[in-house]
Amino acid sequence: MEQTVSRKIVIHYTADIVDQPIICQLVKKHDLVFNILKARILPRREGVIVLELSGSKENFDAGIRFLKEKGLKVEPLSKRVNQNSDRCVHCGACTAFCPTDALSFDMTTMKVLFDKEKCNGCELCVSACPARAMEVNIF
Amino acid sequence: MKRHKVHKSYAEINERIRQGKAVVVTAEEMIDIVERHGEVEAARRVDVVTTGTFSPMCSSGAFINFGHSSPRIKAHRVWLNDVPAYAGLAAVDCYIGATEVAEGDPLNSVYPGEFNYGGGHVIEDLVAGNVIRLRAEGYGTDCYPARKVEKNITIQDLRDAVLFNPRNCYQNYSCAVNMSDKTIYTYMGMLRPRMGNANYATSGQLSPLFNDPYYRTIGVGTRVFLGGAQGFVAWPGTQHNPNVKRGKNGVPREGAGTLALIGNLKEMSPQWLVGASMLGYGVSLYVGVGIPIPILDEEMARYTAVKDEDIYTQIYDYGMDYPKGTARSLGEVSYKELRSGQIVLNGKKIYTAPLSSYYKAREIAHLLKEWIEEGKFVLGEPQMPLPGPTP
Repeated sequence: MEQTVSRKIVIHYTADIVDQPIICQLVKKHDLVFNILKARILPRREGVIVLELSGSKENFDAGIRFLKEKGLKVEPLSKRVNQNSDRCVHCGACTAFCPTDALSFDMTTMKVLFDKEKCNGCELCVSACPARAMEVNIF
Repeated sequence: MKRHKVHKSYAEINERIRQGKAVVVTAEEMIDIVERHGEVEAARRVDVVTTGTFSPMCSSGAFINFGHSSPRIKAHRVWLNDVPAYAGLAAVDCYIGATEVAEGDPLNSVYPGEFNYGGGHVIEDLVAGNVIRLRAEGYGTDCYPARKVEKNITIQDLRDAVLFNPRNCYQNYSCAVNMSDKTIYTYMGMLRPRMGNANYATSGQLSPLFNDPYYRTIGVGTRVFLGGAQGFVAWPGTQHNPNVKRGKNGVPREGAGTLALIGNLKEMSPQWLVGASMLGYGVSLYVGVGIPIPILDEEMARYTAVKDEDIYTQIYDYGMDYPKGTARSLGEVSYKELRSGQIVLNGKKIYTAPLSSYYKAREIAHLLKEWIEEGKFVLGEPQMPLPGPTP
């Protein structure tokens, strides 16, 4: 059976290509399924879009190559979200806000665990964290 | 006078600590010991139970004496990293309060305010040994002519730095929900509308005053773990209120006793004093406190074996009732339920989030246990009891 992948990625547009239907071309050409988690066009029209992209491994890789060839910066969402272990005091104030359970308690150690794969970059944890330990730099 | 089968004095326990023979366990471990052996046997075996808490605690701050410059100044206004410190004490003394916000902060004018830096962070920076910009203004006197002093300092440059927290270690605290239709930002953290989450504080069964509900051993002069150093209970904390509804086990079912704590800031560590920014509310300071409880008799063994399921608190609406000052309890909930991650109120499941770190509270209890076992920490016998409930 063909290997399928599903990843959350952050795509950065530049002002000169923001008007092109790139996502449309991406899914048509490479037979990928996408789910927009977040998107924003900034004042000077640079854009950022957070997608969950799924499909066969081959198509996924080809799709990412296509985006890069178009001059877009692509990176995994997990690179943009970080639990700063020097700042985190493991209070867990973030845990009730995380909609995807990416932040949760290890009930044995009572440490707050962060599962990057589950994170959708909503940034609610950033607001909830009094120690400023959650760092999300998408936009 | 109650008759007990086990009697131990502070002097006896301290002697055992000095000889390295004291049996010390944490409040979590004590639960199991009392369950297994009963309170009398547990009191015979165990000498000291250690507790811990790590939570944002407003009503904290530090007295600082920054020494005289040449020419001398009578500092009338003082700022540390642009955070105003109260200077109306003497010429070069000030008090930096944990909740003071840096000058120029937009506060809540851009709502909700971020409150990225304030007194709590200054204290954290000080204990971390970081450089702090000290600014002082004077009006000039014959003995203290300087009008302005500005210099970089670290905690080593200060003559004295004393953490003095007028109110810490709240014996129980309310659980906060928001029944309104919009997200609110409180000192209990962010509360989502229509009871989207319930926030609570205190470390439950590990928390100091839950383990000595009637203040039999915790009093003025009790030696404590404070911010990583040895400090003392200086006085009953402000708002100390022993006369509240209590359970059969004596544990208050709402906010009750508090402690004023004092210790040498120069000996403390940023691991146990961490600046906190509460979105839309302000600045505070996470404070780590641990208190050893001597097992003088079986009654203290029973108290220190208290469990999360036997400790209750009240749920209040911070959307409307609390700010209006007409708070009425919406219901009662145990710390076992709170710590499970979900509670049920009026048939609705609500996610819970703690503001206290149970992980750090446990670390403190273990660290204090080590100190006592190694003979580095002996018990301070209270010189004056805290006010207890009026009969």
